Amino acid sequence: MTPAISVTDLTRRYRDHTALDGIDIAIGGGTITGLLGRNGAGKTTLLRILAGHEFPSSGSVRVLGAPPAENEDVLRRLAFVREDQVYPDIKVGQALRAASWFHPNWDFELASALLDDFGLRADKAVKKLSRGQRSALGITIAMAARAEVTLFDEPYAGLDAVARQVFYDRLLADFARFPRTVVLSTHLIDEAAALLESVIVIDRGRLVLNAATDVLRGLATRVSGPCLAVDSLAEGRPVWERRRLGSQASIVMVGPLSAHDRERARSCGLDLTPLSLQQIVVRAAAGVLAPVPIRVPETGFEAGFETDRTGA
Amino acid sequence: MQEMAGLAEGSALFVQVAERLAGQIADGGLAEGERVPSTNELAVFYRINPATAAKGINVLADDGLLEKRRGIGMFVATGARRRLLARRRGEFTRRYVEPLLTEAARLGIGTGELFALIKEAGDERESVSL
Repeated sequence: MTPAISVTDLTRRYRDHTALDGIDIAIGGGTITGLLGRNGAGKTTLLRILAGHEFPSSGSVRVLGAPPAENEDVLRRLAFVREDQVYPDIKVGQALRAASWFHPNWDFELASALLDDFGLRADKAVKKLSRGQRSALGITIAMAARAEVTLFDEPYAGLDAVARQVFYDRLLADFARFPRTVVLSTHLIDEAAALLESVIVIDRGRLVLNAATDVLRGLATRVSGPCLAVDSLAEGRPVWERRRLGSQASIVMVGPLSAHDRERARSCGLDLTPLSLQQIVVRAAAGVLAPVPIRVPETGFEAGFETDRTGA
Repeated sequence: MQEMAGLAEGSALFVQVAERLAGQIADGGLAEGERVPSTNELAVFYRINPATAAKGINVLADDGLLEKRRGIGMFVATGARRRLLARRRGEFTRRYVEPLLTEAARLGIGTGELFALIKEAGDERESVSL
C-alpha cells in the first residue's frame, strides 16, 4: 500500500534554529495517527509543511503522492485546522459555505449536526465567538470537509471536556463511515489514546518514536516490591527507571511479560502495573526511549488470554 | 483518561476486545450462529479506532471461533462455546488454583484448612441459593 503521507529526510531551518531535523515518516491511508511532543518540538511546523503552508528546507514531502505546496490537486483533498485559525469578519454560516466551495466532499448535514452538538449558531459573527467556539468552528470545517487527508493541529484550545468528547465521538463515528487519513497533534494523550492507531513523537525537531499504539501498550511495566525480587525479575532486561526505599524497590521494566514472569511476580509478592500510552510517550519525549529497540511482542489468542491485567 | 466502556489502558486494546467477545461467547451472551457486532459498532461502543476493533475480531476469526459470511458480517462459529470453555478449564489450575495456594502458603494455611475453607464457602453459597 502506498502511504498517504511520506516524508523523507525532511529538514526545516529558520535563521537561527532547526525546527525539523531529518524526519522520516510514512503514514498509511485510512489511519488515525497522533502527533505528539512537547511545546516547540516541531509539531506545528511539520503539519504546516504537510498542509503545503510552508516549504521544506531540504528533503521530500509527499501527500497523496505529490508535494503539497502550491499543488491545487493535493490541497483540495486536504483539510487542515490550526490551533488558532484566523477568520475574516464573516458569520459562522458564511465561513462554512466558503469552506464548502473549496472541499469537493463537503457534507452540509454533518456540518449542521456538528454546529448543533457544539451549540454554535450559523448567524453568529465569527469575531464574537469565544476561543472554544472558534475551535469548534475549526473542527466542524475540518470534519465536514471529509477530505482524504485531515490534519488537526491542537484543535481544541478553549474547548471543555464535554465538547472534546463530542469531537472524539463524532470523529470516530464519521471516520468509521468514511475512512480517511487523520493526523492529530495533541497534548491530551490519555484522552485521545484510544482513537489512535499509531503515534509519532518528535522532540526538538527529531523523530524519537513512531510505532503502533498496540505495540506500545504493555511495552513497559512498573514492578514494585521487595528489592531482591524486583532485581531478580528484571535481570538482563532494559530498565528505564529505578527507585528505592529501604528494602522496597520500584522500577520500570521494558518488554512484554510472559505468563511465567507473571507467575514469578505473583509468588514473590511483586506488584505489576502496565504503563499507559501517555506514560510511555512522556518518556519518549524526554529522550528516555531512544536506546530501547521496540520489538513487536508476539500476540495472538493464546497470548491474549494470558493478559490478566495485574494491577489494572 | 477517555472512558472506553471498561477497556483498560496498559495492554493492547485489540486483545482486550477479543477477550471481551470470547467472554460473551463463553457465557452464552453471544450464541453460536449469532452475528457479532461489526467493527464500526465495536469502535463506537468502546470508543476505539475501528482498525483496533477489526484486529480484535480477526484474532477470533483466525482462531476459528468466528466465521465470515460474505456481505453480511461475522458470526459465532459452531462449537465455539465448547472450545472456549474447554480452554478455560485447562487454565483453571494456573489462573485460580495456583495463586490460591501461593497466598495460602504465605498466610500459613495448610491444605487441610484450605479444603475446609472451600467447603465452608461452598456450603454457604448453596444455602443462600436455596
